[in-house]
Amino acid sequence: MREPRVLRFFQLWPQTGAEPLGDVGFRWLSGCCALLVPLLIWAIFVQLLYYSLPTIKTFGLGFLFSQTWNPVTQEFGAASSIFGTLISTLIAMLLAVPLSMVIALLLVELAPPWISRVIGTLIELLAAIPSIIYGMWGLFVFAPFMADYVQPALGHTLGFLPLFQGPPMGIGMLTAGIILAFMILPFITMITRDVFTLVPPVVKESAYGMGSTTWEVTYKVTIPYGLVGVLGAGFLGLGRALGETMAVTFVIGNTHRISASLFAPGNSIASCLANEFAEATEPLYVSALIALGLVLFIVTYLVQVLSQILLRRMYRAWSVGL
Amino acid sequence: MNRRPPTGRRLINFLVSGFSVLASLLGIFLLGWIILEVIYRGLTAINFDFFIKLPTPPGMAGGGLGNAIAGTLAMTGLATLIAVPLGLLGGVYLAEYGEDSRLADNSRFSANVLMGMPSIIIGVFIYAIVVVPLKHFSGYAGALALAIIMLPVISRTTEDMLRLVPNTLRETALALGAPRWKVTVLIVFRAARAGLITGGLLGVARVSGETAPLLFTALNSPYWFRSLGEPMANLTVTIFNYAMSPYRDWQQMAWGASLLITVGVLALNLTARFVLQEKR
Repeated sequence: MREPRVLRFFQLWPQTGAEPLGDVGFRWLSGCCALLVPLLIWAIFVQLLYYSLPTIKTFGLGFLFSQTWNPVTQEFGAASSIFGTLISTLIAMLLAVPLSMVIALLLVELAPPWISRVIGTLIELLAAIPSIIYGMWGLFVFAPFMADYVQPALGHTLGFLPLFQGPPMGIGMLTAGIILAFMILPFITMITRDVFTLVPPVVKESAYGMGSTTWEVTYKVTIPYGLVGVLGAGFLGLGRALGETMAVTFVIGNTHRISASLFAPGNSIASCLANEFAEATEPLYVSALIALGLVLFIVTYLVQVLSQILLRRMYRAWSVGL
Repeated sequence: MNRRPPTGRRLINFLVSGFSVLASLLGIFLLGWIILEVIYRGLTAINFDFFIKLPTPPGMAGGGLGNAIAGTLAMTGLATLIAVPLGLLGGVYLAEYGEDSRLADNSRFSANVLMGMPSIIIGVFIYAIVVVPLKHFSGYAGALALAIIMLPVISRTTEDMLRLVPNTLRETALALGAPRWKVTVLIVFRAARAGLITGGLLGVARVSGETAPLLFTALNSPYWFRSLGEPMANLTVTIFNYAMSPYRDWQQMAWGASLLITVGVLALNLTARFVLQEKR
């Protein structure tokens, strides 16, 4: 009984050879919406650059290398924030990349499918938890844990290194880096899992046939085969870690200072923006903060683009859709 | 080539396997730790007043975060109203019209980049184009920032979901003489409904926990909002302010709000998964 009605419905719009007006309109409308996203990225860049101009004029390139950050005397330098961003991200990457690799290995090669599905879902949920919740947990639960157990132990055993000296306060660069690692872990794991799954079974089976162990197959066949994709996953995680704001703001300590010790508080570009932006009133202060944002924008943009190019190249080469 | 004895190779394999099990357990343990801690600490703050009362100054008992809950709902709602139609149409172009054209390629690429862009940058952007010209913080600015974060999520999931619809379905409808836009809206959308709902839910889940873009767009407020044109209370910025305060009862409130946000976001995510699985 349904068909005739549907038929009648469509006959209200007879095809007359030329493209119907509704079609042209709809294509244009949807095309404009698709254009919106690239335009937004350009608009963000232009706006940030425009508002950074006073800072660039006043401090020039020295802005990137000066450590002074003094709103009272109107002197601003980004060095401590850039340093903090790089160090916390480095810690995060050092921890998250190997962990993600072995979790992906378990999900693809070792665990039976149903276990792998359950673990995969749980790890994905880890990515869904908002940044601010990581911040709350980091400040009230994880930082005291670090101060009571991890930092004293590290100071005791590795205290001869300047990296692990100073009072165990809980908050600081190391804690921020570790929480960042937890946050980017699921992103890297998920893409690495996909890459591992996409490696043709024949290739792996040949290596197994030669008598390789699971680890040898992964290390010598799967990872080299999917290297482009694994790198893409790494850069994606890197981009996230660089710009992660709230969780870092909670635990990094928020001081404009460069210290050798990882126990010492510091700040990152994102945490500096989160802390000071709403209170900044002087035009030059606001401009300096936006210039920090511009630095962050350019760095994350390049990292994201690199990661997209790598992932796309892999998916293209293996002719599967992204 | 130096040969290692088979036992050594097997030992390394065993160690790596063990390490991978430990790493996975660590991930699950973290998820459990965070969720349990949020429930344990947040549950005591939650009562009926929490949902309907205004916040009280530190030291005063009672009070709630009714205004912040309303603010978060209003801004997320408005952001959804802005982002879903635009994202949906953008996704339609990518899947149905553009396919491999330059515009579609650029849009897809930019959407992926925008999804990984730090959300605080979006906040700065909206501050520069909305807050500075209007000279005050507002709920509209907050909603707009959230919409920009949501847009690429919706557009990319829409594209993926529309691509799953078999081409024969489109051809059948076209053969009946239906114009393309009708085929898309009436046939393809209907076939991909579960996927589109999933995309929407994921988009809402993505923004409802966002804090950074609201810090200097919507700001915060201790009152109920009368319009979206004024600084607006919201849960996430409230969590940030209260957690950073030295007052114990405010920190308690922050845990209550954290519980609410966590439950909301995880529920949205699980629902999205469930909708998609139901379909398959």
